[in-house]
Amino acid sequence: MGESLHGVKGKRVVFITVGTTCFDALVKGVDSQEVKDELLRRGYTNLLIQMGRGSYLPTKSTGDDGSLAVDYFTFSSSIAEHLKSASFVISHAGSGSIFETMRLDKPLIVVVNEDPMDNHQSELAEEFVERKHLYCARPPTLHRSLLFHTLLEMPHRWPSS
Amino acid sequence: MEKNISCSFSDLSSNLGISCFIAFITIILVRVIYVIYRTGKPLSKRSPQALSTLIVLGSGGHTAEMINLLLVLQKDRFTPRFFIAAATDNMSIQKARVLESSWADSSGVKGISAEFMQIYRSREVGQSYITSVWTTLVAMVHALWLMIKIRPQVVLCNGPGTCFPLCVIAFIFKVIGIRWSSIFYVESIARVKRLSLSGLLLYKLRIADQFFVQWPQLHRKYPRAHYVGCLM
Repeated sequence: MGESLHGVKGKRVVFITVGTTCFDALVKGVDSQEVKDELLRRGYTNLLIQMGRGSYLPTKSTGDDGSLAVDYFTFSSSIAEHLKSASFVISHAGSGSIFETMRLDKPLIVVVNEDPMDNHQSELAEEFVERKHLYCARPPTLHRSLLFHTLLEMPHRWPSS
Repeated sequence: MEKNISCSFSDLSSNLGISCFIAFITIILVRVIYVIYRTGKPLSKRSPQALSTLIVLGSGGHTAEMINLLLVLQKDRFTPRFFIAAATDNMSIQKARVLESSWADSSGVKGISAEFMQIYRSREVGQSYITSVWTTLVAMVHALWLMIKIRPQVVLCNGPGTCFPLCVIAFIFKVIGIRWSSIFYVESIARVKRLSLSGLLLYKLRIADQFFVQWPQLHRKYPRAHYVGCLM
């Protein structure tokens, strides 16, 4: 009975992307026990992390023991397939990642990287939060953000070109 | 007597030198003012069929946005195409190659006519500003070399640091008269309330022929820019 949750039919994937950047704070935040527990509690089965140039390596897990299955990769030529098969997406605030996700109508939580010197990514995220296209979160409070956001509720759709 | 003659001769030559220098500076200034005045105005000559185009690719989102822009580019008008990306950025060149291949495939043309080049970065993300001075100089020399090779009629860019040296050199080419390179600058969609540093410099110095912004907030702040809405 428990296995059907992890069978192909029951697979609910959460996809994390940092684009071409290094964003260890997000990857670490997502790989934390609180976040993984919260995701499992909400019925998600798989966590897939695209970690880009980061140096922090998440802990892989097959999920056979009923825990969250965790996998990661650095880059791929296209993340479209991963986005399509995800239930929701957590992304860095890069415009490419944001638009690609919104065009596929996937619920999106954006996490702004507070490290780089000239952080120009927050403006776009803030604008879209105001227009209700996506949600914003910060790495330290990611698990709490998951509690507050009704992720199944779809924000205003982005007009697809 | 001879001493007087040699004194007045050296006076004359230094005066001549100074006059030449002043004349030279004046010519350059007049030329710069003329270029700024002509910037953005339609070309007086009947425009040739095809315009050689330089497309500047930045990392990540800049490239994604540029690829998106190029999808609506009139391919026959803006050709041959030259793509420049930063030396450490292989993904952008790859994306441009894929785009050009798909165009070549769909039009039945064998092989790609576009060229792909890489340029030294002025500054890597996180690099200290002090060492950036030297790397910026190296980048400018490399940019000059590439621009002399390409001499594009159109420069298309959307804000990465790599574009600034190239645009400045394009402007210098206009002043000297090597080539009139029309500079089309589209500020990144990520810039909602403030311009990027490249954008701000190109706007204030009036270097770009056409300057586009994608959000109304920016249009209000920078009225000389064209507001085109969200292009993504």
